[in-house]
Amino acid sequence: MSDAPQAFEMRGIVKRFPGVLANDHVDFACRAGEVHALLGENGAGKSTLMNVLAGLYRPEAGDILVGGQPLTFHSPQDAIAHGIGMIHQHFMLVPSHTVAENMVLGLNRPRFFLDLARVEEQVKALGEQYAMQVDPRARIWDLSVGEQQRVEVLKMLFRGAKVLIMDEPTAVLTPQEVEALFHTLRDMTQRGHTIVFISHKLDEVVAIADRVTVLRRGKVTAAGVPARGATKAQLATLMVGREVLFQIHKKKMPPGAPVLTVSNLSAENDRGLPALRGVSLQVCAGEILGIAGVAGNGQSELAEVLTGLRRCTGGSATLGDTPLDGATRWQEVGQKLAHIPEDRSAVGSVGELSVADNLILKRFHKAPIASGWSIDSAAVHANALQLVDDYQIATPSVDTLVRMLSGGNLQKVILAREISGRPALMIAVHPTRGLDVGATETVHKLLVEQRDGGAAILLISEDLDELLALADRLAVIYEGRIIGDMPAEGADIHVIGLMMAGTKAES
Amino acid sequence: MNLPGTPYRLMVETRRTNPGWAGVVSSILGVVLALIVGGFVLKAAGAAPISTYQEIFKEGFGTPADWQAGVVALFTNTDCPKGLICFGPLSDTLVKASPILLTGLACIVAFRMRLWNIGADGQMFMGAWAATGVAVFLLPKSTNPVIMLGAMGLAGVLSGLIYGAIPGYLRARLNINEIITTLMLNYVAYNWLEYFVIVGPWSRGDFESTGNFPPSATWPRLTQFAKAIPIFSGLTAHPGILLGVAAAIILAWLLFRSRWGYEIRVIGNNPKAARYAGINVSRNIILVMALSGALAGLAGMNEVAALRVLNGRFARGFGFTGVIVAWLARLNPLAAILVAFLFGGLLVGTQLIQPQGISSMLQGVILFVVVGTEVMFRYRFRLERVAPAVSIAAEVAK
Repeated sequence: MSDAPQAFEMRGIVKRFPGVLANDHVDFACRAGEVHALLGENGAGKSTLMNVLAGLYRPEAGDILVGGQPLTFHSPQDAIAHGIGMIHQHFMLVPSHTVAENMVLGLNRPRFFLDLARVEEQVKALGEQYAMQVDPRARIWDLSVGEQQRVEVLKMLFRGAKVLIMDEPTAVLTPQEVEALFHTLRDMTQRGHTIVFISHKLDEVVAIADRVTVLRRGKVTAAGVPARGATKAQLATLMVGREVLFQIHKKKMPPGAPVLTVSNLSAENDRGLPALRGVSLQVCAGEILGIAGVAGNGQSELAEVLTGLRRCTGGSATLGDTPLDGATRWQEVGQKLAHIPEDRSAVGSVGELSVADNLILKRFHKAPIASGWSIDSAAVHANALQLVDDYQIATPSVDTLVRMLSGGNLQKVILAREISGRPALMIAVHPTRGLDVGATETVHKLLVEQRDGGAAILLISEDLDELLALADRLAVIYEGRIIGDMPAEGADIHVIGLMMAGTKAES
Repeated sequence: MNLPGTPYRLMVETRRTNPGWAGVVSSILGVVLALIVGGFVLKAAGAAPISTYQEIFKEGFGTPADWQAGVVALFTNTDCPKGLICFGPLSDTLVKASPILLTGLACIVAFRMRLWNIGADGQMFMGAWAATGVAVFLLPKSTNPVIMLGAMGLAGVLSGLIYGAIPGYLRARLNINEIITTLMLNYVAYNWLEYFVIVGPWSRGDFESTGNFPPSATWPRLTQFAKAIPIFSGLTAHPGILLGVAAAIILAWLLFRSRWGYEIRVIGNNPKAARYAGINVSRNIILVMALSGALAGLAGMNEVAALRVLNGRFARGFGFTGVIVAWLARLNPLAAILVAFLFGGLLVGTQLIQPQGISSMLQGVILFVVVGTEVMFRYRFRLERVAPAVSIAAEVAK
């Protein structure tokens, strides 16, 4: 293995964004036929480096060598011409097109006549060869997320990729699907393909990677160390630059009175199809109820209905004695009902407004922020200084636009705003998605603090480890129904995985 | 990355941050570039660009010598010396600036919420129509001027408000594109007004006009005070500009200091976050369109009170100039005061210039460049010498 030829080499890559040095003379090399994990916190420069390799960004300095030859990529097409393809976290597929149609999308040949039947045959053959069967005539939106990912992999193979860059490929998969993916990846390396695996999940890195390169703040802190023998703690220290506590300390306490009661709730998704089909659940004071499930099984819709962003089509939900429905005055309820939305920048904050202005989003209509018809700018400023200090939000000033903040700090702004309203119920949707280890730790600590303080917390997450660590009870959602409910302590991850895939546990 | 001997390529990259100076620079750049482009057109039309611009400036604002003589005359309480125009052009410019300022503010408040109201023209027409109705047909001639003008203002505001709220309602409840509805409603308003003054009930005989307003329904002008202050003689400036400045100050407070302004800014920047915070987005769409229409309606009242008559030649286009003023002012109501003043000068200064379309052309080019440069500031451009791109691998095409 160690004397395998190099698949590619990046030398002294420098990539600058205004105010940020994303890659600071980074060297990175992969051997043919290995799985090489690129590990790092968010904002460490992993994605930037790989976007350079995939031809999306041009570096200010540095060379890319494939087969010993220096190359310049102007577009992803150039990169793929040299056998380097990237699979992004958000799939680049056209949902209404078939698998085969997606294969040829963006290719500039054939120029006129498209022999789709032939493409379909090729895709089928390729799928069989790599044990990744998909129906080439299936439309993308009919496929599960795992299948869509397979299509993305096939697309890159179809284009002749020898090196596959995968950006956090496991984020949307069930544990079983992750297993299948790892199996495929190993199979591909056997056939001489090289995989670059971007991740910040240490367990996965240890499980799949042959070697690991760690980035911290745009610099390499460990270059190609063997993954076997590395411990999670070592890797985490390399990543964060200090020791990380994986243990979460929760107070043992009996749950209090029910705060959120949901019964037989149903709702539709954006396409008008049923997304929730009779969800019933209860969250009590001082309790974290974790909702596990593969993305797209109604989690987002559940959170949206409970926070007034989507109308339900049946059933009911109450917060204490306040019904949550079409007649709810959400602005009034807002302080009692904290919401950490799935999409921090598109829903949870206003990018073009300052940190201070974002911190009053839920309380601008009440004293002390509001005084009569006007907003008391001194109170806004004081509120912001207080929260920035209390929650250690790293921002140049409270007047900085929030879109300039990193993901972790943006999440802190949202948490500070939501928690400081002393909520009775907190709905947190993927609260640590895309956050680095340090920020994740902070978010977890804050959630547990709220629970210990007597708040009811509905935690929706696709990270099973997170759910198991934080939640008191776990419910599994599948196709808009809760198909299992169990205490988190002693829950079997294998059983949960099966339930996430729709299999009810035999009891 | 610079490889000698290879062709240059233009590199375009997205900027992550928008530099703070971008707004002011693109506004100034817009004006300068528009003047350069206009210069070529003037040249092609056979005029000398530089001297034409000098002439436009003189006609629109006067010369330093004029201002100096004017100030001296003001302090010595004498009339403007013969052969000089003193404050004449400035006064005319203020007259032109007031409707532009009001329609500009109308656009600013709507644009702040990403509502593209391009119907300020029609809303202004409805305001003019309603104010005329009050002045000529509803209230007696002998009404106290303050009450008369106040009632006209109220009528103008209310009719503009309703005329703006209609597309607002359609947008909020039925999600009908306000660009189309406001644009189309302009033509409805043009024809509505034409019906009343040309063929319909308000036309006096064959004059296609309502006839002159009673004196109580017209703005007082500076020249009316020429007996006390001789320099005012012949000056047409009226309180309309004060109305505009007051509206600008109130709007600035509303947008940047009030609770409602905060809601408008949140909705304008991120409607999803607004709904997340429990802000009623639909209601605010209607309210903002109503306020936008009300400001344009006030512009209409202001204009008829200055013209003293409503006829078939009531000018179109102030609403569209308002769009340009709003962009050039970067949607800042206080900056709009300055921009409206400059545009008033442009309109006055180009009145006598041939070819006639010069001011419209300059306005168009300014808007084009301002909107264009705004897009440019989102990217970073540079020239680089690089190796030619490699073609797609042949195996894919097989």
